[in-house]
Amino acid sequence: MGINDVILKTVAKAVVLIILTFGIYLFLSGHNSPGGGFVGGLVLASAFVLMFLSYDTETVKDAIPIDFKKLSAFGVLLAVLSGLGPLLFGQNFLEQSFDYFNLPIFGKTELATVLIFEAGIALTVVGVVVNIILSISEDE
Amino acid sequence: MIYIILTIALSLFVLAILLALYRIIRGPSMPDRVVALDMIGVNLISAVAVFSVFLKTHVFLEVILVVGILAFISTIALARFVERGDIVEHKHD
Repeated sequence: MGINDVILKTVAKAVVLIILTFGIYLFLSGHNSPGGGFVGGLVLASAFVLMFLSYDTETVKDAIPIDFKKLSAFGVLLAVLSGLGPLLFGQNFLEQSFDYFNLPIFGKTELATVLIFEAGIALTVVGVVVNIILSISEDE
Repeated sequence: MIYIILTIALSLFVLAILLALYRIIRGPSMPDRVVALDMIGVNLISAVAVFSVFLKTHVFLEVILVVGILAFISTIALARFVERGDIVEHKHD
């Protein structure tokens, strides 16, 4: 090839870090403000897409040894298991609960079990979006 | 006074987006449409910023970041498509 794209690769190394941080922020802030598992998963997937764009698939798969098909399946499994959990305590399917805890740094913090369900959704969205992008971009 | 200025700015952003939309529809070549799409993204970011000043709120600031990220990635993808023809390389060299 011989096309010099060192500027793109250098910028992508910094921008991927910013996008991943913003995706995790959106994922964690999705209870009372804009965000949530789906939006956070989409932003995280756009970080992976930027990595695949600026580098090639071999390099990214060596650096991040994740099978994205298994990742999306694991996300669905996590979401369903978080729905099955309240059945053990005699509650309804997908019933969520929350409580306030005193954490060392954050102070009084609200911890909710919906975070596990949202984590499953985020993993599913990341896996599905990266799979779609990789499937429609390969030309063989 | 400031609301008049913000209203005029929003009208001008709408005008700029309409002009870029005309370039997307009637653009003779593919790079024209790419640059016009990027221009629509930048104008949307600016319009959302002006709108959040207008409403005195800060809940729209995540929208600016998301639209900025999407405009950046789509510009890179379309530039790679124009330059090389394939968007994601399978193997390096």
